[in-house]
Amino acid sequence: MVSTYVNPVYDFQPSPDQTANPPAHHPVIIVGGGPTGLYCALDLAKQGIPSVVLDEDNTVSYGSRALCFSKRSLEILDRVGCGQAMVNKGVTWQLGKVFFHERQVYEFNLLPEEGHQRPAFINIQQYYPEEFLVNRIRDFPEIDLRWQSKVTQVKKTGDLVEVSLTTPAGDYRMTCDYVLVADGANSPIRESLGLQSSGQIFNDTFLIADILMKADFPTERWFWFDPPFHPGQSVLLHKQPDGCWRIDFQLGPGADRQAWRDPEKVRPLVKAMLGDDIEFEFEWLSVYSFRCRRMDSFIHEDRILFVGDSAHQVSPFGARGANGALQSAENLIWKLARVLKQQAPAALLQTYDQERSHGADENILNSTRATDFITPKNRVTRLFRDTVLELAEQYPFARPLVNSGRLSVPCTYKRSVLNTPDSVNDNFPPALCPGASCKDAPIKVLQAGHSAEPWLLPQLGDRFVLLVDGRHLPREDLDQLAQVADLEIVVLAEYVSSDYCTLKDSAGLVAERYDLQPGTAYLIRPDQHVVARWRQVNAHKVLAAMQRALAKELV
Amino acid sequence: MNQLNLQANFSDADAFFAALADLHREGDERKSERINARLILLLANHIGDQAVLLEAMRIAAQVTTTDE
Ligand SMILES: Cc1cc2nc3c(=O)[nH]c(=O)nc-3n(C[C@H](O)[C@H](O)[C@H](O)COP(=O)(O)OP(=O)(O)OC[C@H]3O[C@@H](n4cnc5c(N)ncnc54)[C@H](O)[C@@H]3O)c2cc1C
Repeated sequence: MVSTYVNPVYDFQPSPDQTANPPAHHPVIIVGGGPTGLYCALDLAKQGIPSVVLDEDNTVSYGSRALCFSKRSLEILDRVGCGQAMVNKGVTWQLGKVFFHERQVYEFNLLPEEGHQRPAFINIQQYYPEEFLVNRIRDFPEIDLRWQSKVTQVKKTGDLVEVSLTTPAGDYRMTCDYVLVADGANSPIRESLGLQSSGQIFNDTFLIADILMKADFPTERWFWFDPPFHPGQSVLLHKQPDGCWRIDFQLGPGADRQAWRDPEKVRPLVKAMLGDDIEFEFEWLSVYSFRCRRMDSFIHEDRILFVGDSAHQVSPFGARGANGALQSAENLIWKLARVLKQQAPAALLQTYDQERSHGADENILNSTRATDFITPKNRVTRLFRDTVLELAEQYPFARPLVNSGRLSVPCTYKRSVLNTPDSVNDNFPPALCPGASCKDAPIKVLQAGHSAEPWLLPQLGDRFVLLVDGRHLPREDLDQLAQVADLEIVVLAEYVSSDYCTLKDSAGLVAERYDLQPGTAYLIRPDQHVVARWRQVNAHKVLAAMQRALAKELV
Repeated sequence: MNQLNLQANFSDADAFFAALADLHREGDERKSERINARLILLLANHIGDQAVLLEAMRIAAQVTTTDE
């Protein structure tokens, strides 16, 4: 085995909390410093909430683990200042090819549309995003990240949560208003509270072989069904940074897990795939099987909030694990911050459970369907699967049935109670309906933007935004709305004609994507999801929609 | 919503059945299974409407095993 990555070692630092009596109190304690926990701490800090992050280990992910990060994840990471590092290091790809036996039967292009800052997908080993997040956390003194701090118990007492932990310098206790449980798929905290994550276990075993090689495979996702070099099984090939490639071999049920961790056993398989003349070395081998499951409720006793893999877990097909985890985290944090700042009732947190249950169900459904297509459960379903693949080569109709993983797309919270439904007379197209995540487009910042980036998405987020087509500006109403806390007015116009942040729709794509007419306005949540829209706006409508978006109507 | 047509709709019922029998004349069961799978997929796409397809599948699944 060789390695292109050396895990950083983060030293244990004793905390004054170890000896505090009574136990130290923090608004938020986060259990787990994986991508979910680290992201949560940063987003909270951006919203003005300090937190303590506890991780039992002293480094980032061992091995590459999550590899494909979606456009939405990059946009989410952009909000905490880590998106660019991801794109700089990652491998950008958008073309996928599907092979059956030795023939290509199908090919797809993920983002044929121009005018987005971020690509559809990048590939990057999970230790990099974790490292970027850890580095970024250093810019925020209000985040207290403690390594080698293993949480042993989480217990609600009255209105507080008590967190017990063990460290090289001894055990101690703290209290907090809310604890975020981001301790991963096997969540020891979930187990210790006697809570279940339930769903389906799959019998098939898979092998991840990360290899180093010099070969000119293109930067594409290649998926084989039943290839000659690995009969009866599926194989996925993906490029990673650092000259590394991931090969994911299906091994079938009952494979000898221990045996397949031996490079000498895997070598002939890789040779059969690549041919004799390509030299390669192993970087990481991992044998896994998987589950699709989730907790019934992500909120326990009002103040123990599960987020990321601890709350919901999917098969890797579709790259919905880490991507889904980040979407859950961003959904939770703006709500938690507003509840803590008493800008919203605790009922707002319930909508995290509702919206992300929907997201988790969507991810589980998609990843279960992909898994069933990839690993048919009996002879007849295999026959249909193979027939689909055979027909797909020649007939376009069969191509939508080919399922080698439906890659993660942002979830639309269409039925969320936070939305103000469209008025029928407004005649909006279904895209960007209330609940949808905003689409990007190039813009030019004419006046005082949230960000200097010439893109729309960086102008949104962190607070509510009312995005108004400035060809018709209801000035009195806007002047009234400008006084509202947590709301910023952003005007789209050719030139600056008001005090508000003004953007020029430089390529006309905002108008196209948002179906703008003079006066059209979108109310956008701090997580960049649309929550209401109107053809003509007035202060009363916006205020009512904001009340609703903060769950003030639910109390 | 479209409904599955359970009334006769063939332009030439006898000719259809004869053609179907011809398809399977060789009697190779594996081959017949593959033909049937292709046929189902081709026809299902032509129908397209998920509600109609589900109704057809529901009725198709009502097989009794007594005569097997
Ligand atoms: C082999 C493998 C391959 C994968 N491949 C993919 C992929 O290709 N694509 C994809 O999208 N996803 C993939 N995943 C899933 C992806 O890694 C997860 O979705 C993602 O890591 C979830 O992040 P998380 O922060 O919720 O949990 P984790 O990353 O599991 O982080 C949990 C953290 O909690 C810490 N912790 C646990 N218990 C305690 C405790 N008691 N006290 C303190 N700290 C604790 C752990 O040290 C860890 O740092 C893969 C996972 C594995 C294991």
